[in-house]
Amino acid sequence: MAQESQEPRAPKTMYDKIWDSHVVYQEPGDDSVILYIDQLLCHEVTSPQAFEGLRLAGRKPRRPERVMAVQDHDVPTTDRDKPIADPIARKQVETLRANCREFGIRLYDLNDVEQGVIHVVAPEQGHVRPGMTLTCGDSHTATHGAFGVIAMGTGTSEVEHVLATQTLRQKKMKTMRITIDGVLPKGSTAKDVALYVINKLTTAGGAGYAVEFAGEAIRALSMEGRMTLCNMAIEMGARVGMVAPDEKTFAYIKDRPQMLKGEDFDKAVEEWKNLPSDEDAVFDREVRFNAADIKPRVTWGTNPAQSVEVTDRIPSPSDFDNVEEQKMAKAALEYMALEAGTPMTDIKLDWVFLGSCTNGRIEDFREAAKVVKGYKVADGVRAIAVPGSGVVKKLAEAEGLDKIFIDAGFEWREPGCSMCLAMNPDRLQPGERCAGTSNRNFEGRMGKGGRTHLVSPAMAAAAAIKGHFFDIRDWKYN
Amino acid sequence: MQAFIKHEGVVVPIDRSDIDTDQLVPKQFLKRVERSGFGKFLFFDWRYLNDNYDENPEFELNRPEYRDATILLARRNFGCGSSREHAPWAIADYGFKVVLASSFADIFYNNSFKNGYLPVKLSEEQIEDLFQREAKHRPYKLNVDLEKKIITDQYGLKIAFEIDDFRRDCLMNGWDDVGLTLRFEDKILDYEKKHGIV
Ligand code: SF4
Repeated sequence: MAQESQEPRAPKTMYDKIWDSHVVYQEPGDDSVILYIDQLLCHEVTSPQAFEGLRLAGRKPRRPERVMAVQDHDVPTTDRDKPIADPIARKQVETLRANCREFGIRLYDLNDVEQGVIHVVAPEQGHVRPGMTLTCGDSHTATHGAFGVIAMGTGTSEVEHVLATQTLRQKKMKTMRITIDGVLPKGSTAKDVALYVINKLTTAGGAGYAVEFAGEAIRALSMEGRMTLCNMAIEMGARVGMVAPDEKTFAYIKDRPQMLKGEDFDKAVEEWKNLPSDEDAVFDREVRFNAADIKPRVTWGTNPAQSVEVTDRIPSPSDFDNVEEQKMAKAALEYMALEAGTPMTDIKLDWVFLGSCTNGRIEDFREAAKVVKGYKVADGVRAIAVPGSGVVKKLAEAEGLDKIFIDAGFEWREPGCSMCLAMNPDRLQPGERCAGTSNRNFEGRMGKGGRTHLVSPAMAAAAAIKGHFFDIRDWKYN
Repeated sequence: MQAFIKHEGVVVPIDRSDIDTDQLVPKQFLKRVERSGFGKFLFFDWRYLNDNYDENPEFELNRPEYRDATILLARRNFGCGSSREHAPWAIADYGFKVVLASSFADIFYNNSFKNGYLPVKLSEEQIEDLFQREAKHRPYKLNVDLEKKIITDQYGLKIAFEIDDFRRDCLMNGWDDVGLTLRFEDKILDYEKKHGIV
């Protein structure tokens, strides 16, 4: 010990700090550790088999008070007073309810006002604190990294593992820092940052890394914006995306229902201030971008890396230099029924979807409402606004945003994942084209044969009014 | 979990990168509350022409020479997309024992080990070579030896592959992860006491 204290302490990244303070045990000769998991989030789709596994093995959740659950993935966003029509969805929703009751787990049930998309509800209710480790059987768990958290998506076996042991066996990831210098230009949002970074680094660029987003442009983002960005870390292959906590973080989480209170909170804030990466911490990979280069973007293909600026044209497969990417571009254009060279703003839409754990928060609806105000949805476009949670919905209604949407011809729905993955009745028909604020434009994601373009909330709103993509920088606000 | 030590089987080439979990199992099949029976839904949109399970004769898995394939060969970033374990369940339930690709999505890779089949990461060149060998020697068999960490064919190919020791041990012994961790329950409790959790 005495000897150790003479050595200067090695500088650490935020990921290292949180990781180190959660190591329960490392078996000699093993390069993975048993990592304590502070918080587990569950939803109806990836949890039933985990609970079933527990029961079969005669086990119980180790710390049920550190688990919370919502029903979000396959719930309908209309007619909530009626039983769910799809019998299989109904069964999943009921199974989660029964499992939570049996094992003493806090469930925000379908008709509670707090219900909503898991990654919207958990921070909103105060289940997420800086410095935590958190997992969920869902790849967009990285969202919570926005609070300075190691938040990881897992499969169902690992949901069961966390339930039974409150730990996971994990190998440390490599670290990557993505710094965005400067100020985002007008019209560019956190969503555009995400699409830009994924476009530059590819869908696999982050694989194996815990990514920390840093720099002036990131510090300037609201908590909602940081969540949007961390949410999409997985689309570049990174399981973890993080932003260092700061005063904005503390202000956002303060007074949330499940948050520490009073003195406990103040004490915790002092500790959380030590979380940011040390100045001289070394990352395995450093990437820097200039905020000024980030313009409003639209995806044209079938993975989130395939995007261009809204003022660009649809690329041609021959624009790509490796054969593999050319092949992918060709297949994507075919699936999307797009012609290389077409201006992005000529692409006509059948649907607009506002919502999801990427852009279903209050700020997103405020931004979209500003655009929509005083306009009507274009003929031939069906537009739905799906709040990320009941709390978002209530807040939006208190601000009169629902009226703005409804007056314009949007449908104002109940909270849930909705068209983001179309496990409920909200889905595209084959061939239909949608501008969505969600995170995945995979083949069939919004319904078999459906075509998805990912954009920011303001860009989606403008597209709904115009019937085609439109450069938000030229928008005339009412 | 079934133990995996070595496996010999026919290779089916699916010449694509970024095969995502929605392609492996479309979401209409995620609503089950059971763990088994997902094999039928594997590659649903490519494998069937319609919802009546009429097979698409063009798709590799439906071609007679690949009916009994147990080794899946693909390109980059296999299993990207959602973290749902339904995709690994489907691969295992279909009867695949090995998946070869030049890279895997992290979560998918991790999930694979919990389901008794072996994901093997090879270089892009090695994967390309396997595609060519498969085309030349159809039906093409590979022998995958987890103990020795090598892949061989009957034409003199020998590829060494890497895999983490802990995962290899678990797979070779068919160990259940939760049981393994619970051997250290006292350490978990110590941690919880030290951090004021209990
Ligand atoms: S909104 Fe979409 S991405 Fe987010 S949790 Fe739901 S299905 Fe997943």
